[in-house]
Amino acid sequence: MATHLILQKIFKTGIVSEPAPQANLALRTREQELHADILKVFGQSVTIRHVDAGSCNGCELEIHAINGPHYNIEGMGVKFAASPRHVDVLLVTGPVSRNLEVALKRTYDATPEPKWVIAMGDCGCTGGMFGESYASCGKISNVIPVDVEVPGCPPTPIALLQGILAAVSQDKTSTSS
Amino acid sequence: MKIGEHDWNLDPLGNHIWRGRMEAGQLLALARAVKEAGGQLIALWGSDDRQLNDGYGIHAALLTGAGLAWVSCGLPAEAPAYPDLAHIFPQADRMQRATFDLLGIRATDAVDNRKWLRHKAWAEDEFPLRKDFSLLAAHRSPLAEVDAYPFIRVQGEGVHEIPVGPIHAGTIEPGHFRFSIIGERVLKLEQRLGYTHKGTEKRFEGMDINTGAKLAGRVSGDSHIAFAWAYCMAVETATTSTVPERAVWLRALFLEIERIANHLGDLGYLGNDVALSFGFMQFWRLKEEWLRLTAKLFGHRYLFDCIVPGGVAVDIRDSGKAELAAEADRIETEVRSLKAIYDDHATLQDRFANTGICKPDLAARLGLTGLAGRASAQAWDARAQFPQAPYDQLDVSMATQRRGDVLARAEVRFAEVYESLRLIRDLLQRLPAGALHAPLAPVSAVCEGLGWVEGWRGEVVVAVRIGADGKLDRVHPHDPSWQNWPLLEVGMLGNIVPDFPLINKSFNLSYSGQDL
Repeated sequence: MATHLILQKIFKTGIVSEPAPQANLALRTREQELHADILKVFGQSVTIRHVDAGSCNGCELEIHAINGPHYNIEGMGVKFAASPRHVDVLLVTGPVSRNLEVALKRTYDATPEPKWVIAMGDCGCTGGMFGESYASCGKISNVIPVDVEVPGCPPTPIALLQGILAAVSQDKTSTSS
Repeated sequence: MKIGEHDWNLDPLGNHIWRGRMEAGQLLALARAVKEAGGQLIALWGSDDRQLNDGYGIHAALLTGAGLAWVSCGLPAEAPAYPDLAHIFPQADRMQRATFDLLGIRATDAVDNRKWLRHKAWAEDEFPLRKDFSLLAAHRSPLAEVDAYPFIRVQGEGVHEIPVGPIHAGTIEPGHFRFSIIGERVLKLEQRLGYTHKGTEKRFEGMDINTGAKLAGRVSGDSHIAFAWAYCMAVETATTSTVPERAVWLRALFLEIERIANHLGDLGYLGNDVALSFGFMQFWRLKEEWLRLTAKLFGHRYLFDCIVPGGVAVDIRDSGKAELAAEADRIETEVRSLKAIYDDHATLQDRFANTGICKPDLAARLGLTGLAGRASAQAWDARAQFPQAPYDQLDVSMATQRRGDVLARAEVRFAEVYESLRLIRDLLQRLPAGALHAPLAPVSAVCEGLGWVEGWRGEVVVAVRIGADGKLDRVHPHDPSWQNWPLLEVGMLGNIVPDFPLINKSFNLSYSGQDL
């Protein structure tokens, strides 16, 4: 019986989830112009939409990884959603290929304010090995505004989580409240 | 090299690769002979050779009973063209269209002449891989519109279309799928890819050999080792350099580590896609532990840049060997217990079995390859049939299935995980001592080579030409997703729309690898 085996395996495995890392505020690229009360709400829960804007799929491996049991991101209030209309954060990978330039802009426009953009990976932060060319717009901030940059090829799950937490944490942000 | 009755003038290059040049007109006869003998077209690509011989080149890699036949044909500088191969090997269709988009080399009498990799980033009369196409001058003002593409329409009462993508609902790469359906049943699926085209092949031009290895590894990140190894093999063949034995064995160790990581992830997602999140959590627990050990031993979770031209960049110590072997044992026990649950789980079996079928005869006709091919009785695995060092000493057992459904593709993954774990133990036990790296022989004239590696998804082929200045002149990396994407269209026919994510995941093809 599969149910019996499943329960046995679950009990034998136990809980592998680990405590959340600290936000890495050094990854912020700009002062976030948001009211403190909004941040307070976001600080407790944030919904993310991943957008592959031309990545080699290396960064995607680590986005999958943070959805695994070791990282327990939903326990930290972080959730991935299927539509940009439902999210607070766009997590964008890749150099932006010119074939996705319009799609990325439209996704950004479809995301309700207030919103943040996290550029993930060396290519997303600088253009990486692919740079700018006839087919590549280079880094994400060449196409849409970016709030947090998480370098790495690909960034480790911990680095990625630190970047996500930096985007939504309340420290040293508000300039307009 | 004999194919069928005819002896083709091909020379052995080593590694079961054969090299030949012929007139473009002969290409058709060669393709027919290979097809009749049960072989397949693996890759087709072009090159701008005007600086070398006043013309263009068209190149093909064909899989035969004796190994990989790599042939090149010179084409005139004015109106370069070669005979259509897609009527013999349907998998040539998209490769031919991409070759036109990038180089302006046309397949004469081809049925499908629609653009493939070109969207709106460059004009119809521009060809990025021509040497006189400037990389920087071509960076223009931002695009405001997406391009139009002539999808094949299904018409009739009750038929409607569901357009999906390029931005998808899950964490996957971008591409567009156009479903034509009646009710929930899929009458036709048509793909439109090329969204992640980022000019990878052009980027190689003029690059030094060592940097090229890094870029090759980023053609498709999930197959980093397969591409980096194939690239290095091509460079080492071109420069007639030898690689120390220990380095070759470590490369195979890395390739099997990569295969296991990907298979574990896929087996988890296959469970997830039939609402068995238990399967996802368990397999991703194992995958994460596997990646962490990989990072601990070799410094990178996915072994990025661990393979370099001339050898490898990292070693393994005796303590690391013991740790990896112990982890291999543990993973095997765990995977076997999870397999027992998958086997016993009625809902999972019901969703997996008879879903997304690619029958063996169709798979053979359309050139299904690699892991998905082996699940449809296409018994090709370079590690088993054309073993290069160190696989020639490892006796790899190939996993095959005949059903061609999601279940078969899952079964092949299970079998390959066990086999790769066995190979890892064997590799660790017999790992020869010696250097990790030897300098490449210097380049004094134009030279070329081909690398061929059985990655986790299927065969990865990288062709390299190095200029007399020692810089890369032309690099073509080929991912098996080129052949397998069209089979996903076929496997989807008659299935219901909600099964698409499951069927898609069971193939798990690379977008970046084919978009380049």
